Amino acid sequence: MRSYLDKVLAIVGKDVAAELRTREVLSSMFVFALLVIVIFNFAFELKVENTGAVAPGVLWVAIVFAGMLGLNRSFITEKDRGCMEGLLLCPVDRSAIYVGKMVGNLLFMAAMEAIVLPVYAAFFNLPVFAPRMLLIVLLGTIGFAAVGTLFSAVAVHTRTREVMLPILLLPVAVPVLVAAVKATGDALASTPPPTEGPWLGVLIGFDVIFLTVAFLTFEYVFQE
Amino acid sequence: MTGGSEVAAVAAPEALKATGITKRFGHRLVLKGINFSLGQGERVALFGPNGAGKTTFVRILATVVSPTSGRVLVDGIDPQEEPLEARRRIGVVSHHPYLYDDLTVRENLRFYGRMYDVPDLDRRIAETARWVGLSARLDDKVGTFSHGMQQRMAVARAVLHDPELLMLDEPEAGLDQDALDLLADLLNEARDGHRRAALIVTHHLDLGLALSNRVVILVDGRIVFQSPSQELEPGTVRQLYSRHASRTERNRGQGR
Repeated sequence: MRSYLDKVLAIVGKDVAAELRTREVLSSMFVFALLVIVIFNFAFELKVENTGAVAPGVLWVAIVFAGMLGLNRSFITEKDRGCMEGLLLCPVDRSAIYVGKMVGNLLFMAAMEAIVLPVYAAFFNLPVFAPRMLLIVLLGTIGFAAVGTLFSAVAVHTRTREVMLPILLLPVAVPVLVAAVKATGDALASTPPPTEGPWLGVLIGFDVIFLTVAFLTFEYVFQE
Repeated sequence: MTGGSEVAAVAAPEALKATGITKRFGHRLVLKGINFSLGQGERVALFGPNGAGKTTFVRILATVVSPTSGRVLVDGIDPQEEPLEARRRIGVVSHHPYLYDDLTVRENLRFYGRMYDVPDLDRRIAETARWVGLSARLDDKVGTFSHGMQQRMAVARAVLHDPELLMLDEPEAGLDQDALDLLADLLNEARDGHRRAALIVTHHLDLGLALSNRVVILVDGRIVFQSPSQELEPGTVRQLYSRHASRTERNRGQGR
């Protein structure tokens, strides 16, 4: 177990170190997410009465599409530098490669959210730093990164890989995204719903399903 | 098979054994039932024209790709049953160095060392970097290296975990003469010091003969010739190679 964890951490550490040198992924994710929030803010001319209806969707559009930029690069960097085969040669369980890559993607998305959320709070004047809201963002991001990492490994073998990832990923990620948007709407509502909505539970459920399925199927996906 | 193929079986347990290996990509049968073995400490040079299936064969032996049919045993271990144990015994140097350009030499070696559970990793990294002449550049990014330097680094990566079996797939590609000499030195040093078995795929006949004790020629997915290296001159190998390659081309042209 310790050896497994060390290999996961080695992959995470390698991805983070490489990204901190180049900042290719993080910078494009930041810029894209900020642009989405700024553009939607001005496009909808948000008033106090309609903010609650539109703002959750704006937040998740920014997170999902910016996250997709990071997920796209996740295996492309391995493939283009010929390192995919180097990973395949290592005496390491394929699931450890999946977990390492998934945690790396999660960290990059979390770093992007740490900058985007304050900007979002300022533009939309919403209490995004409430513990419940932060939990929803975390759960939504885990679910999206879980299934996104798996499909990133599939898409990297296709000729139109940058286009293929959203086509494969978005239909499958819909349950997580719908649950995340609905749960965010409930958490940001000026008058909270009288009863606890089911969306947080749905989000947790899909996270568990996606993580389990991706963990079990990655071995069949991650092949040359 | 030709006359030189009756090589005496090696008494020691085999470092590598492949039986009935076939590989099909779509409708194309790339490997056509290859039987091959590599004894402990033995070095085999694998020659063959472009498209003969050499790289596919090596990738199957290295457990990166599964064969369509047939079985591989690495040091008696079936990679289908114990993939991690089999991979732990193999070191590969390929056309690609499998290195991360944005990481330093030390970071690359540390990453692969952790993936292979190399004990006393810092000492081993220093030792291996010194061996390939990269001690002074341990903290330089690999992306700043020339191709030749990256190949030295690739050799360091491949032997970091002290594998029992080395597979070198055209390791000389793009190297200048100095680097070729270094590669030969490195392989000889590894051979004498550690008794590693090695499979060397190359188009460089002199280099292959100098580094091996057996020569195998693969043409059109079949082993067509094998013989001990010391019985062969480069000219003989070149003639055999050309004869088999041109015969295969003729067969392809006639649709056979």
